[in-house]
Amino acid sequence: MAGKGKDELLHDHNHDGIDRRGFLKCMAWAGTGAFCVIRGGVLRSYSFSRIATLDPQETAGELSFAQISDSHMGFNKAANPDVAATLKAAVDKINGLSVEPEFLLHTGDVSHLSKPEEFDAVQQILKAAKPQDVFYVPGEHDVLNDDGKQFLDRFAKGSKGAGWYSFDKKGVHFIGLVNVMNLKAGGLGSLGGEQLAWLEDDVKDLKHSTPIVVFAHIPLWSVYPEWGWATEDSAQALSSLKKFGSVTVLNGHIHQTMQKVEGNVTFHTAASTAFPQPAPGKADSPGPMKVPAEQLKSVLGITDVNFVRGKQALGVVDSTLE
Amino acid sequence: MRRSVSVVVSIAIAVLGISASGAKNSVVAAQQKAQGAEVKIDNFSFGPAALTISVGSTVTWTNRDDIPHTVVSADDPRAFKSKVLDTDEKFSFKFDKAGTYSYFCSVHPKMTGKVVVQ
Repeated sequence: MAGKGKDELLHDHNHDGIDRRGFLKCMAWAGTGAFCVIRGGVLRSYSFSRIATLDPQETAGELSFAQISDSHMGFNKAANPDVAATLKAAVDKINGLSVEPEFLLHTGDVSHLSKPEEFDAVQQILKAAKPQDVFYVPGEHDVLNDDGKQFLDRFAKGSKGAGWYSFDKKGVHFIGLVNVMNLKAGGLGSLGGEQLAWLEDDVKDLKHSTPIVVFAHIPLWSVYPEWGWATEDSAQALSSLKKFGSVTVLNGHIHQTMQKVEGNVTFHTAASTAFPQPAPGKADSPGPMKVPAEQLKSVLGITDVNFVRGKQALGVVDSTLE
Repeated sequence: MRRSVSVVVSIAIAVLGISASGAKNSVVAAQQKAQGAEVKIDNFSFGPAALTISVGSTVTWTNRDDIPHTVVSADDPRAFKSKVLDTDEKFSFKFDKAGTYSYFCSVHPKMTGKVVVQ
């Protein structure tokens, strides 16, 4: 915990990584947001505005990217009648980051009803983002009625199986997984045997020191199984990754930020760009949470991830939309 | 969570009784024999979660959530499968064979229900 300064914010699951004092302070400086560094399994958060004042060793990554999630294009109910506007706000936020992310990850529920016009709208809005490379994995809302064929054609060409794939960026190995297909009655998110076998094969020749970033829609840790916020065979996926020193798992689906560290694995969920959902068990169901319009942007967000080479740690920043 | 099956059946019968009393011709009266039943989708759950009907009855599901759901048979092969139901959309299925039909929402598989056809 060396170097803990008075402005450093410890991550708080229930407050988007920003405590109230920190939030107000960020507002006063240069917009909200926090820069987080995970080191030795410990996550530290800093307001964006502090990045310039920190030791460059702590913040200057060789690779950064932003995660967006759950844009639910097509949703138009009371919780957010204009999901296009809030996605655009996320794009503005990305374009305003002090370090331009090299690419974007979208962790699913791009659309609300898997309609072509919904996918079109998201693609159109994301054209305005400075990073032009976007890597997608589907959410359950993206594979309605057609088992994800449309999604695959648009967003995951050349992927394996139902849309899983991996790629390397500056020494970091990224793995996009699909856990929203063939869900069984009463069950949770599911990866399935074919994907698990592919995963094991995909990482078998990588050095143990290779940082791994896994991204998938439904959390790969047990957030709240009662609401389906977990993946039934995630333990098998993680066991394929146990030899690696640094594994970060990025998910969406639950429309709120949460983090958890378990051994070499740091789990992180991103907020939705569309509408918030209640904290686990804090409502009758995980349906959209209606918040006053003036508060909506403060519960919607983007995640900016900064990889710091040499430390084999990933910093995760959550930023709300205002 | 689960409401009593008998309560639901008696409500269905009561509803039918009212409409039957207004029936003016024998064709309508004959159709009353095939009972209809309703399942509401509210707060990520099917209500009633368990329903008992007679052979030939039609069940209609209505999604009253802000989030889309589906109604999909859990059997293999599937006895029925709705398209995705957005808010206020409905799906109906006529049960011609006796048996127990388990179903779920394929989008939110924690949502499960059962139709017993006698």
